Amino acid sequence: MTRTATASARRTTELNLEDGARRGKWKGEVFRALLILCLVIAFVTLLAVIVQAAVKGWSRLDWNLITQMPSTLDRETSGMKSAIFGTIYLMGGLVLTVVPIGVSAAIFMEEFADQSKWWVRFIDLNIQNLAAVPSIVFGILGLALIVRGPLSLGTVAYAGSLTLAMLVLPTIILASREAIRSVPVTLRNGSLGLGATKWQTIWHHVLPSAVPGMVTGTILALSRAIGETAPLLLVGATVFVTYTPDGFFDGAYTALPVQIYQWASRPQEEFRILASAGVIVLLAVLLAMNSVAIWIRNKFTRDL
Amino acid sequence: MSTATHTQSPPDGGRQEPVSLTASSPRYGEKAVVGWLFLCAAFSVLVTAGIVVSLLTPTIEFFNRVAPGNFFSAEAWAPFNSSNPGYGVLRLVVGTLNVTLWALLIAIPAGLGAAIYLSEYASRRARKVLKPILEVLEGVPTVAYGVFALTFVTPLLREFWPTFLPGKLGEPPGVFSAASAGIVMGVMIIPTVASISQDAMSAVPSGLRQAAYGLGSTRMQVATKVVVPAALSGIVAGFILGISRAIGETMIVLLAAGAAANLSLWPNDSVLTMTTFIARTSTGDIGHGTTTYYTIFAVGALLFAMTFIMNMISIALVRRFRETYE
Repeated sequence: MTRTATASARRTTELNLEDGARRGKWKGEVFRALLILCLVIAFVTLLAVIVQAAVKGWSRLDWNLITQMPSTLDRETSGMKSAIFGTIYLMGGLVLTVVPIGVSAAIFMEEFADQSKWWVRFIDLNIQNLAAVPSIVFGILGLALIVRGPLSLGTVAYAGSLTLAMLVLPTIILASREAIRSVPVTLRNGSLGLGATKWQTIWHHVLPSAVPGMVTGTILALSRAIGETAPLLLVGATVFVTYTPDGFFDGAYTALPVQIYQWASRPQEEFRILASAGVIVLLAVLLAMNSVAIWIRNKFTRDL
Repeated sequence: MSTATHTQSPPDGGRQEPVSLTASSPRYGEKAVVGWLFLCAAFSVLVTAGIVVSLLTPTIEFFNRVAPGNFFSAEAWAPFNSSNPGYGVLRLVVGTLNVTLWALLIAIPAGLGAAIYLSEYASRRARKVLKPILEVLEGVPTVAYGVFALTFVTPLLREFWPTFLPGKLGEPPGVFSAASAGIVMGVMIIPTVASISQDAMSAVPSGLRQAAYGLGSTRMQVATKVVVPAALSGIVAGFILGISRAIGETMIVLLAAGAAANLSLWPNDSVLTMTTFIARTSTGDIGHGTTTYYTIFAVGALLFAMTFIMNMISIALVRRFRETYE
């Protein structure tokens, strides 16, 4: 009697456990499938953006696109040479401006700043907040302070470079800090122990080791800057420029994403096709930059 | 261990100060370098100050001309109408919220799901492949998304709109619609939500997970009932940053949402967002010093204030989970 009772009790318990496990498993599988679906949504869209632009812009992916100036009349041979040159000028001015400032700021925050001081935390908080300010607000800043206001540069390429510099400065600082932080402390102690000053240690030992990380971060920040459109619209990347810029401080300019926006916002189908072709060129440039950044990261992470 | 011949301890390194050795020379050059480095760090504060100043002065001028009551109302939006202008910015705010709403409807569940998968389910190798792809997704220029919304999503929506729906909801959208912009913007924000949420989940100590497994929990129970609640502050931070990005996004709405200042939350309506207004107006021919010119700055100031508050909340929440579990 008791044996039957215990046996049946055990059996019921086992059944319950098994049933529970099975039900849990079934639910778990559905849950896992849903999670994968979430990732798939993101990846399929990325693929769709690329494929759709390639299919739509295929007929205009030719040399004319790169070697010809934009034109409203010859839509069949219109290109974006002025935009490509404008982007090169913008990026040149941007690198020369933002890299020294960003790296210096990162060195200060990592090596010299006393994290217990309120103003250091304030600067830190400020950098984090600046990284999430909408890009069009930087456009307003550029319009008010750089193009008009105090600096009065006018609508020249360097005004665009400066605006973009303020936009990507937080990204560069954060990436450079990360790179400096990953340099082992033993390296610093070794140098300091041999009698080097703090700055000699940083200049001769910390910085050379941190360079690959900084370069990676800088390339990623630049690839963000290349795709930025909204702030440039405000600081005068003029819509239709059929010549290359005269210099950093002279003459009108346009940029790749601005040109794409300009084409896309026209109702004619030929311009939409041109916009798609432009998107492919822009994505190709970005992909190349990202690959270089990842290559540098992989090449140098082993050596340390 | 530390033989640092230095009065100041190296960061996170030297723990003891054996002998305090002052430098044999004053080293003015070194001090100058440090001064320069400090200036560079302070430059970011200068940028923020520049933003505030460049927004505030014209905004004050704007409010000298337009009563705040007229600005913060939902009445007509017609800053270009010289005879009977209207500055009811609430129309732009509602337009922005409309697009943001549809974007979040996609970005929050998908971003959270992707984060849970990456943090709790994916193998180390899978994560190594999937994360960089997510990073690439984050780097796609918004103008590319805008072109995609305009030339692909909008025609698709117009073709396959569920017309069986009753009333207003059953009308297919026009060339510009909040839905098209919102959907694409939602996908754009997925990586933002996912990466911050995943960071928060990875920071949850594995002891909590093991305890839950030890009590017989399934993987799903561990993920939804232990890890997600424990990482909640970080996850919410990701959501808030996502909202902030949606409010501030320009190119997608500029290309796909249109320019009709409708007071509407319907997905099939065209709406004018704050960023669209700023971008459209500042690229047109407006005279420096007109009220319309100052309107750009007033709307910009409102946009900055809204995103600033959200960024601060998000940063504070991220700090909280970092402090709890490190």
